[in-house]
Amino acid sequence: MIRNTSMCGIVGLFLKRSSLEPELGAWFSEMLICMSSRGPDSAGFAVYGDLAPPGKLKVTLQHSGLNFDWSLVAVALERRFRDKPSVDVNSSHARFLVKTDVQAIRDFLRENFPEVRIMSVGRRIEIMKETGLPESVVERFSVRRIVGSHAIGHTRMATESAVTTEGSHPFSTGLDLCLVHNGSLSNHNRLRQRLCRQGVEFHSENDTEVAAGYFARQLANGATLKQALEAGLGDLDGFYTFTVGTEDGFAVLRDPIACKPAVLAETDDYVAMASEYRSLANLPGIESARLWEPEPAVVYHWSRTESREVGASKQDLIRPATAGTWGRNGVDRKRSPSGKMLNPSPNV
Amino acid sequence: MFTQTVDLAKTSVRELNQRLHELDAERDEERWRILNPCGAHAIACGLRVPVTVEIEGHAGYYCAGMNQKATVIVHGNVATGVAENMMSGIVHVHGNASQSAGATAHGGLLVVEEDASARCGISMKGIDIVIKGSVGHMSAFMAQTGNLIVCGDAGDALGDSIYEARLFVRGKVKSLGTDCIEKEMRPEHLQLLETLLERAGSDARPEEFRRYGSARKLYHFQIDHASLY
Repeated sequence: MIRNTSMCGIVGLFLKRSSLEPELGAWFSEMLICMSSRGPDSAGFAVYGDLAPPGKLKVTLQHSGLNFDWSLVAVALERRFRDKPSVDVNSSHARFLVKTDVQAIRDFLRENFPEVRIMSVGRRIEIMKETGLPESVVERFSVRRIVGSHAIGHTRMATESAVTTEGSHPFSTGLDLCLVHNGSLSNHNRLRQRLCRQGVEFHSENDTEVAAGYFARQLANGATLKQALEAGLGDLDGFYTFTVGTEDGFAVLRDPIACKPAVLAETDDYVAMASEYRSLANLPGIESARLWEPEPAVVYHWSRTESREVGASKQDLIRPATAGTWGRNGVDRKRSPSGKMLNPSPNV
Repeated sequence: MFTQTVDLAKTSVRELNQRLHELDAERDEERWRILNPCGAHAIACGLRVPVTVEIEGHAGYYCAGMNQKATVIVHGNVATGVAENMMSGIVHVHGNASQSAGATAHGGLLVVEEDASARCGISMKGIDIVIKGSVGHMSAFMAQTGNLIVCGDAGDALGDSIYEARLFVRGKVKSLGTDCIEKEMRPEHLQLLETLLERAGSDARPEEFRRYGSARKLYHFQIDHASLY
């Protein structure tokens, strides 16, 4: 059985200024590599880069054969959708810009290239993941050169299962959404059955994929990201620190027991999240960053207002209203009456 | 003045700890300064002599764990399990502490200038802990002996399944755990608080605190209390 594990490392980096986007890959790579000791078996990441042109989707695919001829897929896509897709091959993955919709591309690939895995579909998201030491994964995908507004990543330590690409994180949870997880869920089998009956598809026995499917289902039913995560507090049984990537931001949630670690750092330039402070220690300006441990069962979410018109309108713009149990120095502990965070930096 | 400065950007934690372990127990004038901790784990663990170690930055897991006699001062935050299983000595954190601060510790004094998160003092066995800020949920879980003093607030389930440790909280307690109750503050408790607050350098006044401890209903199994377990 493929299970998530007790260890694992997760990281997230969200840049507040578009001028810093060229730095994303370099900063993020060091954060991810630093978590190798928590997860040396495989690594993966989701990066939010350029917006796909109007009417097109960004589809990231993976094939286990490094010599796979992606032009076969490109030609077939052109024939099927009557539009020449742009292709960008990166190691075992390839990113296509295709004029289609999600269901059509899924059906097309299932029928024509069943051995090709869909890593992500969206307007900005690209997910890449492979087995091996995080550093080798970073090298393989040239992560240091990646440009984007934010990225989340995972380093996996598998204790009970095969080390495979499909068991690696992040898991895509729908358009431009993805999930990484440190912990383990105990009710994932029952929940998977329930979600399958509702039409949710799963591609592994992994517990995190169930959580990803659960959140996607909640969102499809009209929940905001915050509502979906808060519903998860009731329905997901187990240990978790989740980091969720969205088209214009990211969210962090720890279970009410909060055994799984997390630390957040915020400056005028970025918000960074990691399992351990070590991963944040080399970020520029970390000495003066606001540092805190996210509170149990509290949803933290950041997004860029300037990109909010792109599909994020349903999401609450919330900011951590609390410093967690950390950070009395220079930390704004004010909480709005609803308990939501006031937006501390409106021009972010 | 410092007798030694060790830069963890150049020296491994293993080498640092080895050098500290080899110190002569007769010499207590040693004062070490540690640079660039960068959240590394197990800094200054297992010290057995009265050396003073000052860490300039944030330390990772189990900082000053198993400490005996040494004084470890952290000018930054510490991650999980600071002063875990400390036997004696002093650990002073000039920042925040993550979960399980002072876990299972038998003695010594742990002072945290800011907040400590969940499970502070879990299974403590004789340590004195002074948290100048607040503590998270499940603090002093199964705490056996020793004193936990919280100058701020305590989170949910304070002192769950507590034995004979004494808990003092100045602020609000979100909820008490199973078998933990508020208890009378007697003169000897005020005296104890005064001593420990002074040692910790806190100006909080003993009479501002309330005391919590064990109702002792879980010591022996009684069918009437089965629902409490």
